[in-house]
Amino acid sequence: MSLLEPRLVSGGGDGGHLEELRRDPIALMRRVRAECGDVGRFDLAGRPVILLSGSEANEFFFRAPDEDLDQAGAYPFMTPIFGAGVVFDAPPERRREALHNQALRGDMMRGHAQTIADEVDRMVSGWAAAGQIDLLDWFAELTIYTSSACLIGRKFRSQLDQRFAALYHDLERGTDALAYVDPYAPIDSFRRRDQARAGLVELVTEIMAGRAAAPPPDRDGRDLLDVLISLRNPDGTATFSPDEVTGMFISMMFAGHHTSSGTAAWTLIELLRHPAVLAGVVAELDQLYSGGAEISFQALREIPRLEAAIKEALRLHPPLILLLRAATTDQQVQGYRIPAGALVGASPAISNRIAADFPDPDAFAPQRYAEPRQEDLANRWTWIPFGAGRHRCVGANFAMIQLKAIFSVLLRDWTFELAQPPGSYRNDHSKMVVQLAQPCAVRYRRREPAAAEAIA
Amino acid sequence: MMRIEVDADLCQGHAMCELEAPGVFSVPRKGKVTVLDPAPPESERAAVEAAVRYCPTQALKLLAD
Repeated sequence: MSLLEPRLVSGGGDGGHLEELRRDPIALMRRVRAECGDVGRFDLAGRPVILLSGSEANEFFFRAPDEDLDQAGAYPFMTPIFGAGVVFDAPPERRREALHNQALRGDMMRGHAQTIADEVDRMVSGWAAAGQIDLLDWFAELTIYTSSACLIGRKFRSQLDQRFAALYHDLERGTDALAYVDPYAPIDSFRRRDQARAGLVELVTEIMAGRAAAPPPDRDGRDLLDVLISLRNPDGTATFSPDEVTGMFISMMFAGHHTSSGTAAWTLIELLRHPAVLAGVVAELDQLYSGGAEISFQALREIPRLEAAIKEALRLHPPLILLLRAATTDQQVQGYRIPAGALVGASPAISNRIAADFPDPDAFAPQRYAEPRQEDLANRWTWIPFGAGRHRCVGANFAMIQLKAIFSVLLRDWTFELAQPPGSYRNDHSKMVVQLAQPCAVRYRRREPAAAEAIA
Repeated sequence: MMRIEVDADLCQGHAMCELEAPGVFSVPRKGKVTVLDPAPPESERAAVEAAVRYCPTQALKLLAD
Protein backbone atom coordinates (compact mmCIF):
# COMPACT_ATOMS: atom_id res chain seq x y z
CA MET A 1 0.00 0.00 0.00
CA SER A 2 1.36 3.39 -0.88
CA LEU A 3 1.58 6.01 1.80
CA LEU A 4 -0.32 9.27 1.72
CA GLU A 5 1.33 12.66 2.07
CA PRO A 6 0.05 14.58 5.11
CA ARG A 7 -2.15 17.38 3.86
CA LEU A 8 -0.82 20.95 4.08
CA VAL A 9 -2.92 23.32 6.19
CA SER A 10 -4.31 26.50 4.62
CA GLY A 11 -2.70 29.90 5.06
CA GLY A 12 0.99 30.70 5.09
CA GLY A 13 3.04 33.12 3.05
CA ASP A 14 6.72 33.94 2.80
CA GLY A 15 8.35 31.64 5.35
CA GLY A 16 5.34 29.32 5.23
CA HIS A 17 3.46 29.37 8.54
CA LEU A 18 6.34 30.78 10.59
CA GLU A 19 4.68 34.17 11.06
CA GLU A 20 1.43 32.59 12.21
CA LEU A 21 3.35 30.30 14.58
CA ARG A 22 4.94 33.42 16.10
CA ARG A 23 1.62 35.25 16.35
CA ASP A 24 -1.10 32.69 17.14
CA PRO A 25 0.23 29.12 17.29
CA ILE A 26 -2.93 27.68 18.81
CA ALA A 27 -5.13 28.94 15.97
CA LEU A 28 -2.65 27.45 13.48
CA MET A 29 -2.59 24.06 15.21
CA ARG A 30 -6.38 23.97 15.63
CA ARG A 31 -6.76 24.59 11.92
CA VAL A 32 -4.34 21.75 11.15
CA ARG A 33 -6.55 19.31 13.06
CA ALA A 34 -9.78 20.75 11.65
CA GLU A 35 -8.60 20.66 8.02
CA CYS A 36 -6.22 17.68 7.97
CA GLY A 37 -7.30 15.40 10.84
CA ASP A 38 -4.95 13.44 13.10
CA VAL A 39 -1.95 13.84 10.78
CA GLY A 40 -1.46 17.22 9.14
CA ARG A 41 1.31 19.47 8.03
CA PHE A 42 2.40 23.04 8.23
CA ASP A 43 5.48 24.73 6.84
CA LEU A 44 8.16 26.27 9.05
CA ALA A 45 10.25 28.43 6.74
CA GLY A 46 10.67 25.62 4.21
CA ARG A 47 10.85 22.74 6.70
CA PRO A 48 7.77 20.51 6.95
CA VAL A 49 6.26 20.02 10.39
CA ILE A 50 4.02 16.95 10.63
CA LEU A 51 1.55 17.79 13.39
CA LEU A 52 -0.08 14.84 15.13
CA SER A 53 -3.12 14.75 17.40
CA GLY A 54 -5.49 12.14 18.75
CA SER A 55 -4.73 8.96 20.65
CA GLU A 56 -3.28 6.77 17.89
CA ALA A 57 -0.96 9.35 16.36
CA ASN A 58 0.13 10.61 19.79
CA GLU A 59 0.95 7.06 20.93
CA PHE A 60 3.22 6.67 17.91
CA PHE A 61 4.91 9.98 18.81
CA PHE A 62 5.40 9.24 22.50
CA ARG A 63 6.59 5.64 22.05
CA ALA A 64 9.12 6.40 19.33
CA PRO A 65 12.74 5.78 20.38
CA ASP A 66 15.25 8.66 20.15
CA GLU A 67 16.84 6.87 17.21
CA ASP A 68 13.68 7.54 15.15
CA LEU A 69 12.32 10.79 16.58
CA ASP A 70 15.11 12.81 18.13
CA GLN A 71 14.88 15.86 20.38
CA ALA A 72 18.26 17.13 19.16
CA GLY A 73 17.70 19.79 16.53
CA ALA A 74 14.01 20.06 17.39
CA TYR A 75 14.44 22.96 19.82
CA PRO A 76 17.06 25.28 18.26
CA PHE A 77 15.84 28.17 20.43
CA MET A 78 17.29 26.42 23.51
CA THR A 79 20.94 26.19 22.46
CA PRO A 80 21.80 29.90 23.00
CA ILE A 81 20.10 29.68 26.41
CA PHE A 82 21.75 26.52 27.75
CA GLY A 83 25.05 26.94 25.92
CA ALA A 84 26.74 24.63 23.43
CA GLY A 85 26.90 20.96 24.39
CA VAL A 86 24.16 21.11 27.04
CA VAL A 87 20.94 19.03 26.96
CA PHE A 88 19.35 19.26 23.48
CA ASP A 89 22.77 19.81 22.00
CA ALA A 90 24.04 16.56 23.54
CA PRO A 91 23.65 13.01 22.13
CA PRO A 92 20.68 10.90 23.33
CA GLU A 93 22.81 8.69 25.57
CA ARG A 94 24.22 11.71 27.42
CA ARG A 95 20.72 13.17 27.74
CA ARG A 96 19.39 9.97 29.29
CA GLU A 97 22.16 10.20 31.91
CA ALA A 98 21.40 13.81 32.71
CA LEU A 99 17.72 13.06 33.23
CA HIS A 100 18.50 10.90 36.21
CA ASN A 101 18.69 13.97 38.37
CA GLN A 102 19.28 12.82 41.93
CA ALA A 103 17.21 15.73 43.24
CA LEU A 104 14.05 14.27 41.69
CA ARG A 105 14.36 10.94 43.51
CA GLY A 106 11.29 10.01 45.50
CA ASP A 107 13.09 10.07 48.84
CA MET A 108 14.00 13.75 48.35
CA MET A 109 10.39 14.91 48.00
CA ARG A 110 9.53 15.42 51.64
CA GLY A 111 12.44 17.81 52.05
CA HIS A 112 11.39 19.63 48.88
CA ALA A 113 7.83 20.11 50.14
CA GLN A 114 9.20 21.75 53.30
CA THR A 115 11.62 23.90 51.29
CA ILE A 116 8.80 25.09 49.03
CA ALA A 117 6.50 25.92 51.95
CA ASP A 118 9.37 27.90 53.52
CA GLU A 119 9.94 29.83 50.28
CA VAL A 120 6.24 30.74 50.03
CA ASP A 121 6.33 31.88 53.67
CA ARG A 122 9.34 34.01 52.91
CA MET A 123 7.67 35.64 49.89
CA VAL A 124 4.43 36.45 51.74
CA SER A 125 6.25 37.73 54.82
CA GLY A 126 6.59 41.04 53.00
CA TRP A 127 2.86 41.32 52.32
CA ALA A 128 0.60 43.84 54.05
CA ALA A 129 -2.80 42.77 55.43
CA ALA A 130 -4.17 43.40 51.95
CA GLY A 131 -2.68 44.28 48.60
CA GLN A 132 -2.21 43.33 44.99
CA ILE A 133 0.32 41.20 43.11
CA ASP A 134 1.15 40.59 39.47
CA LEU A 135 0.79 36.83 38.98
CA LEU A 136 3.54 36.52 36.39
CA ASP A 137 6.15 38.45 38.38
CA TRP A 138 5.21 36.88 41.68
CA PHE A 139 5.08 33.21 40.72
CA ALA A 140 8.10 33.51 38.40
CA GLU A 141 10.18 34.85 41.31
CA LEU A 142 8.84 32.26 43.76
CA THR A 143 9.63 29.37 41.43
CA ILE A 144 13.16 30.66 40.82
CA TYR A 145 13.72 30.26 44.56
CA THR A 146 11.96 26.89 44.85
CA SER A 147 13.64 25.32 41.84
CA SER A 148 17.10 26.60 42.74
CA ALA A 149 16.69 25.50 46.37
CA CYS A 150 15.36 22.02 45.52
CA LEU A 151 17.39 21.19 42.40
CA ILE A 152 20.72 22.88 43.19
CA GLY A 153 20.66 23.50 46.94
CA ARG A 154 19.35 25.79 49.66
CA LYS A 155 22.78 27.29 50.09
CA PHE A 156 22.90 28.41 46.46
CA ARG A 157 19.33 29.69 46.64
CA SER A 158 20.24 31.82 49.69
CA GLN A 159 22.73 33.67 47.49
CA LEU A 160 20.10 34.63 44.88
CA ASP A 161 17.77 37.59 44.79
CA GLN A 162 15.30 39.25 42.46
CA ARG A 163 18.08 40.06 39.95
CA PHE A 164 18.49 36.37 39.12
CA ALA A 165 14.72 36.01 38.53
CA ALA A 166 14.62 39.07 36.26
CA LEU A 167 17.53 37.83 34.13
CA TYR A 168 16.04 34.36 33.96
CA HIS A 169 12.80 35.85 32.71
CA ASP A 170 14.66 37.56 29.84
CA LEU A 171 16.16 34.17 28.93
CA GLU A 172 12.70 32.63 28.71
CA ARG A 173 11.49 35.53 26.58
CA GLY A 174 14.33 34.80 24.14
CA THR A 175 12.48 31.82 22.64
CA ASP A 176 10.97 33.37 19.52
CA ALA A 177 10.19 30.73 16.87
CA LEU A 178 12.32 32.81 14.50
CA ALA A 179 15.12 30.67 15.99
CA TYR A 180 14.07 27.97 13.50
CA VAL A 181 15.49 30.28 10.82
CA ASP A 182 18.31 31.91 12.80
CA PRO A 183 18.75 31.62 16.58
CA TYR A 184 21.00 34.68 16.47
CA ALA A 185 18.80 36.89 14.26
CA PRO A 186 19.18 40.59 15.18
CA ILE A 187 15.91 41.00 17.09
CA ASP A 188 15.40 42.61 20.48
CA SER A 189 14.34 39.46 22.37
CA PHE A 190 17.47 37.56 21.22
CA ARG A 191 19.75 40.46 22.20
CA ARG A 192 18.15 40.62 25.63
CA ARG A 193 18.45 36.84 25.92
CA ASP A 194 22.21 36.98 25.29
CA GLN A 195 22.67 39.91 27.69
CA ALA A 196 20.65 38.03 30.32
CA ARG A 197 22.80 34.92 29.99
CA ALA A 198 25.95 37.01 30.35
CA GLY A 199 24.37 38.65 33.41
CA LEU A 200 23.66 35.25 34.97
CA VAL A 201 27.23 34.11 34.31
CA GLU A 202 28.39 37.26 36.12
CA LEU A 203 26.20 36.51 39.16
CA VAL A 204 27.37 32.88 39.28
CA THR A 205 31.01 34.00 38.87
CA GLU A 206 30.63 36.25 41.93
CA ILE A 207 29.06 33.46 43.96
CA MET A 208 31.82 31.04 42.91
CA ALA A 209 34.50 33.56 43.88
CA GLY A 210 32.89 33.91 47.30
CA ARG A 211 32.82 30.13 47.73
CA ALA A 212 36.47 29.81 46.72
CA ALA A 213 37.43 32.44 49.30
CA ALA A 214 35.57 30.60 52.07
CA PRO A 215 35.41 26.88 51.24
CA PRO A 216 32.94 24.76 53.25
CA PRO A 217 34.59 23.19 56.31
CA ASP A 218 33.28 19.66 55.70
CA ARG A 219 31.43 17.52 53.18
CA ASP A 220 28.05 17.97 54.88
CA GLY A 221 27.94 21.71 54.29
CA ARG A 222 28.47 21.35 50.55
CA ASP A 223 25.86 21.92 47.87
CA LEU A 224 26.06 21.04 44.19
CA LEU A 225 27.96 24.25 43.42
CA ASP A 226 30.67 23.41 45.99
CA VAL A 227 31.02 19.98 44.43
CA LEU A 228 31.34 21.42 40.91
CA ILE A 229 33.92 23.96 42.10
CA SER A 230 35.96 21.21 43.75
CA LEU A 231 36.29 19.17 40.55
CA ARG A 232 39.76 19.49 38.96
CA ASN A 233 41.38 18.38 35.74
CA PRO A 234 44.59 16.28 36.04
CA ASP A 235 46.62 19.49 35.50
CA GLY A 236 44.94 21.14 38.49
CA THR A 237 42.74 23.58 36.58
CA ALA A 238 39.01 23.77 37.30
CA THR A 239 36.93 21.21 35.37
CA PHE A 240 34.01 23.61 34.85
CA SER A 241 34.19 27.31 34.06
CA PRO A 242 31.59 29.72 35.49
CA ASP A 243 30.04 29.78 32.01
CA GLU A 244 29.62 26.01 32.00
CA VAL A 245 28.31 25.89 35.57
CA THR A 246 25.78 28.61 34.71
CA GLY A 247 24.68 26.64 31.64
CA MET A 248 24.14 23.53 33.77
CA PHE A 249 22.12 25.44 36.34
CA ILE A 250 20.03 27.20 33.70
CA SER A 251 19.23 23.85 32.12
CA MET A 252 18.46 22.12 35.44
CA MET A 253 16.00 24.85 36.35
CA PHE A 254 14.50 25.47 32.93
CA ALA A 255 11.98 22.65 32.55
CA GLY A 256 10.54 23.20 36.01
CA HIS A 257 10.46 26.97 36.13
CA HIS A 258 8.07 28.65 33.70
CA THR A 259 5.95 25.50 33.72
CA SER A 260 5.34 25.50 37.48
CA SER A 261 5.05 29.27 37.58
CA GLY A 262 2.40 29.37 34.86
CA THR A 263 0.47 26.42 36.29
CA ALA A 264 0.36 27.98 39.76
CA ALA A 265 -0.95 31.23 38.27
CA TRP A 266 -3.58 29.50 36.10
CA THR A 267 -4.74 27.29 38.98
CA LEU A 268 -5.35 30.41 41.05
CA ILE A 269 -7.08 32.23 38.18
CA GLU A 270 -9.39 29.29 37.47
CA LEU A 271 -10.22 28.84 41.15
CA LEU A 272 -11.11 32.53 41.38
CA ARG A 273 -13.24 32.25 38.24
CA HIS A 274 -15.08 29.31 39.85
CA PRO A 275 -15.93 30.27 43.45
CA ALA A 276 -17.77 27.04 44.24
CA VAL A 277 -14.71 24.98 43.31
CA LEU A 278 -12.49 27.34 45.32
CA ALA A 279 -14.74 27.02 48.38
CA GLY A 280 -14.50 23.23 48.11
CA VAL A 281 -10.70 23.33 47.90
CA VAL A 282 -10.37 25.74 50.83
CA ALA A 283 -12.67 23.55 52.95
CA GLU A 284 -10.65 20.49 51.99
CA LEU A 285 -7.36 22.14 53.00
CA ASP A 286 -8.80 23.51 56.26
CA GLN A 287 -10.00 20.03 57.13
CA LEU A 288 -6.68 18.37 56.29
CA TYR A 289 -4.60 20.88 58.23
CA SER A 290 -6.99 21.35 61.16
CA GLY A 291 -5.34 18.44 62.95
CA GLY A 292 -1.96 20.16 62.72
CA ALA A 293 -0.56 18.12 59.82
CA GLU A 294 2.73 19.41 58.40
CA ILE A 295 2.77 20.58 54.79
CA SER A 296 5.87 18.45 54.22
CA PHE A 297 3.73 15.44 55.10
CA GLN A 298 0.44 16.40 53.48
CA ALA A 299 1.79 17.70 50.16
CA LEU A 300 3.08 14.18 49.41
CA ARG A 301 -0.36 12.71 49.95
CA GLU A 302 -3.67 12.99 48.16
CA ILE A 303 -5.52 16.30 48.24
CA PRO A 304 -8.19 15.26 45.73
CA ARG A 305 -10.08 18.50 45.10
CA LEU A 306 -6.95 20.63 44.87
CA GLU A 307 -5.27 18.04 42.62
CA ALA A 308 -8.30 17.93 40.32
CA ALA A 309 -8.26 21.74 40.04
CA ILE A 310 -4.52 21.69 39.21
CA LYS A 311 -5.02 18.95 36.60
CA GLU A 312 -7.83 20.91 35.00
CA ALA A 313 -5.73 24.10 34.91
CA LEU A 314 -2.97 22.01 33.27
CA ARG A 315 -5.37 20.56 30.70
CA LEU A 316 -6.76 23.94 29.67
CA HIS A 317 -3.50 25.88 29.92
CA PRO A 318 -0.66 23.42 29.30
CA PRO A 319 2.67 25.20 29.82
CA LEU A 320 4.14 23.58 26.70
CA ILE A 321 1.81 23.82 23.73
CA LEU A 322 3.95 22.10 21.09
CA LEU A 323 6.35 19.19 21.64
CA LEU A 324 8.74 18.57 18.78
CA ARG A 325 11.12 15.92 17.46
CA ALA A 326 13.18 15.60 14.32
CA ALA A 327 12.53 12.48 12.21
CA THR A 328 15.93 10.87 11.63
CA THR A 329 14.54 8.16 9.33
CA ASP A 330 11.44 7.73 7.13
CA GLN A 331 8.44 6.92 9.32
CA GLN A 332 4.76 6.22 8.86
CA VAL A 333 1.71 6.78 10.99
CA GLN A 334 -1.94 6.05 10.19
CA GLY A 335 -1.07 5.52 6.55
CA TYR A 336 0.78 8.80 6.18
CA ARG A 337 4.42 9.25 5.31
CA ILE A 338 6.80 11.18 7.55
CA PRO A 339 9.99 11.87 5.59
CA ALA A 340 13.42 11.83 7.27
CA GLY A 341 14.38 15.40 8.11
CA ALA A 342 10.84 16.57 8.90
CA LEU A 343 9.94 17.95 12.27
CA VAL A 344 7.19 16.00 14.01
CA GLY A 345 4.97 17.64 16.61
CA ALA A 346 2.39 16.72 19.21
CA SER A 347 0.35 19.45 20.82
CA PRO A 348 -0.93 19.37 24.41
CA ALA A 349 -2.97 22.51 23.65
CA ILE A 350 -4.87 20.65 20.92
CA SER A 351 -5.05 17.08 22.23
CA ASN A 352 -6.09 18.15 25.75
CA ARG A 353 -9.28 19.62 24.26
CA ILE A 354 -10.45 16.82 21.96
CA ALA A 355 -14.20 16.73 22.58
CA ALA A 356 -14.51 12.97 22.13
CA ASP A 357 -12.10 12.41 25.02
CA PHE A 358 -12.99 15.43 27.19
CA PRO A 359 -16.70 16.23 27.04
CA ASP A 360 -17.36 19.98 27.11
CA PRO A 361 -13.64 20.43 26.41
CA ASP A 362 -13.36 24.19 26.99
CA ALA A 363 -15.06 24.09 30.39
CA PHE A 364 -13.13 24.08 33.67
CA ALA A 365 -14.59 20.92 35.17
CA PRO A 366 -12.40 19.34 37.86
CA GLN A 367 -15.07 16.66 38.44
CA ARG A 368 -13.82 14.93 35.28
CA TYR A 369 -10.94 13.50 37.34
CA ALA A 370 -13.16 11.84 39.95
CA GLU A 371 -13.99 8.15 39.68
CA PRO A 372 -15.25 6.65 37.51
CA ARG A 373 -14.48 9.24 34.79
CA GLN A 374 -10.79 9.77 35.59
CA GLU A 375 -10.29 11.39 32.22
CA ASP A 376 -6.56 11.86 32.76
CA LEU A 377 -5.98 8.12 33.19
CA ALA A 378 -8.60 7.08 30.64
CA ASN A 379 -6.89 9.19 27.94
CA ARG A 380 -3.22 8.44 28.52
CA TRP A 381 -2.20 9.54 25.01
CA THR A 382 -4.37 12.66 24.77
CA TRP A 383 -4.36 14.02 28.36
CA ILE A 384 -0.80 15.19 27.88
CA PRO A 385 0.08 18.31 29.93
CA PHE A 386 3.20 16.37 31.03
CA GLY A 387 3.71 14.71 27.68
CA ALA A 388 3.55 10.90 27.77
CA GLY A 389 5.59 7.79 27.11
CA ARG A 390 9.36 7.70 27.02
CA HIS A 391 9.88 11.38 27.60
CA ARG A 392 7.02 12.03 29.96
CA CYS A 393 8.02 14.87 32.27
CA VAL A 394 10.41 13.45 34.90
CA GLY A 395 9.41 16.26 37.21
CA ALA A 396 5.64 15.63 37.09
CA ASN A 397 5.57 14.24 40.62
CA PHE A 398 7.75 17.08 41.93
CA ALA A 399 5.52 19.60 40.16
CA MET A 400 2.34 18.28 41.78
CA ILE A 401 3.98 18.27 45.21
CA GLN A 402 5.22 21.81 44.64
CA LEU A 403 1.79 23.07 43.59
CA LYS A 404 0.11 21.34 46.52
CA ALA A 405 2.61 22.89 48.93
CA ILE A 406 2.20 26.38 47.42
CA PHE A 407 -1.60 26.35 47.67
CA SER A 408 -1.54 24.74 51.10
CA VAL A 409 0.25 27.86 52.39
CA LEU A 410 -1.49 30.50 50.26
CA LEU A 411 -5.07 29.35 50.81
CA ARG A 412 -4.52 28.65 54.52
CA ASP A 413 -3.50 32.21 55.32
CA TRP A 414 -4.94 34.36 52.52
CA THR A 415 -8.02 35.01 50.42
CA PHE A 416 -7.72 36.20 46.84
CA GLU A 417 -9.88 37.97 44.28
CA LEU A 418 -9.46 38.84 40.63
CA ALA A 419 -8.38 42.44 40.08
CA GLN A 420 -9.41 42.42 36.40
CA PRO A 421 -12.38 41.11 34.38
CA PRO A 422 -12.24 37.26 34.52
CA GLY A 423 -11.89 36.96 30.75
CA SER A 424 -8.92 39.33 30.56
CA TYR A 425 -6.36 36.78 31.84
CA ARG A 426 -4.62 35.13 28.90
CA ASN A 427 -1.33 33.66 27.79
CA ASP A 428 1.22 35.41 25.60
CA HIS A 429 1.96 32.96 22.78
CA SER A 430 4.46 35.11 20.90
CA LYS A 431 7.35 33.02 22.28
CA MET A 432 7.87 29.25 22.37
CA VAL A 433 8.02 29.56 26.17
CA VAL A 434 4.44 30.51 26.99
CA GLN A 435 3.92 33.02 29.80
CA LEU A 436 0.96 34.89 31.23
CA ALA A 437 0.32 38.15 29.40
CA GLN A 438 0.51 41.20 31.62
CA PRO A 439 -1.39 42.80 33.26
CA CYS A 440 -2.47 39.77 35.33
CA ALA A 441 -3.18 41.16 38.78
CA VAL A 442 -5.00 39.63 41.73
CA ARG A 443 -5.75 41.13 45.14
CA TYR A 444 -4.96 39.35 48.40
CA ARG A 445 -6.21 39.77 51.93
CA ARG A 446 -5.13 38.04 55.11
CA ARG A 447 -7.69 35.51 56.33
CA GLU A 448 -9.34 36.24 59.65
CA PRO A 449 -8.36 33.49 62.08
CA ALA A 450 -11.98 33.18 63.19
CA ALA A 451 -13.13 32.61 59.63
CA ALA A 452 -10.54 29.90 59.17
CA GLU A 453 -11.78 28.12 62.26
CA ALA A 454 -15.42 28.46 61.29
CA ILE A 455 -14.79 26.71 57.98
CA ALA A 456 -12.75 23.97 59.62
CA MET B 1 -4.51 -11.82 42.81
CA MET B 2 -2.32 -8.99 41.55
CA ARG B 3 -0.37 -9.20 38.35
CA ILE B 4 2.14 -6.60 37.23
CA GLU B 5 2.73 -5.67 33.62
CA VAL B 6 5.73 -3.65 32.46
CA ASP B 7 5.79 -1.67 29.22
CA ALA B 8 9.51 -1.95 28.48
CA ASP B 9 9.27 0.65 25.71
CA LEU B 10 8.45 3.24 28.31
CA CYS B 11 10.69 2.33 31.28
CA GLN B 12 13.58 4.80 31.56
CA GLY B 13 15.03 3.44 34.79
CA HIS B 14 14.02 6.23 37.16
CA ALA B 15 13.63 3.65 39.94
CA MET B 16 10.66 5.28 41.63
CA CYS B 17 9.02 1.82 41.78
CA GLU B 18 11.99 0.37 43.62
CA LEU B 19 11.67 3.13 46.18
CA GLU B 20 7.96 2.46 46.71
CA ALA B 21 8.08 -1.34 46.61
CA PRO B 22 11.65 -2.62 47.00
CA GLY B 23 10.41 -6.17 47.50
CA VAL B 24 8.78 -6.22 44.08
CA PHE B 25 10.89 -4.06 41.78
CA SER B 26 14.60 -3.74 41.21
CA VAL B 27 16.27 -1.20 38.92
CA PRO B 28 20.00 -1.28 38.16
CA ARG B 29 21.95 1.99 38.08
CA LYS B 30 21.81 2.01 34.31
CA GLY B 31 19.00 -0.04 32.90
CA LYS B 32 15.37 -0.97 33.04
CA VAL B 33 13.19 -2.38 35.76
CA THR B 34 13.17 -6.04 36.74
CA VAL B 35 10.02 -7.32 38.39
CA LEU B 36 11.25 -9.54 41.23
CA ASP B 37 7.80 -10.86 41.98
CA PRO B 38 5.29 -10.63 39.11
CA ALA B 39 2.44 -11.89 41.31
CA PRO B 40 3.13 -10.35 44.70
CA PRO B 41 1.14 -11.10 47.85
CA GLU B 42 -1.79 -8.92 48.89
CA SER B 43 0.34 -7.36 51.64
CA GLU B 44 2.31 -5.55 48.91
CA ARG B 45 -0.78 -4.01 47.28
CA ALA B 46 -0.45 -0.49 48.71
CA ALA B 47 3.24 -0.35 47.84
CA VAL B 48 2.67 -1.65 44.30
CA GLU B 49 -0.18 0.82 43.72
CA ALA B 50 2.12 3.65 44.81
CA ALA B 51 4.82 2.36 42.45
CA VAL B 52 2.35 2.35 39.55
CA ARG B 53 1.13 5.84 40.41
CA TYR B 54 4.55 7.43 40.82
CA CYS B 55 6.24 5.87 37.79
CA PRO B 56 7.28 9.00 35.87
CA THR B 57 6.76 7.34 32.49
CA GLN B 58 3.65 5.31 33.43
CA ALA B 59 5.39 2.11 32.40
CA LEU B 60 3.71 -0.07 35.04
CA LYS B 61 0.23 -1.53 35.11
CA LEU B 62 -1.49 -3.44 37.85
CA LEU B 63 -3.84 -6.11 36.55
CA ALA B 64 -6.40 -7.85 38.67
CA ASP B 65 -7.63 -11.33 37.80
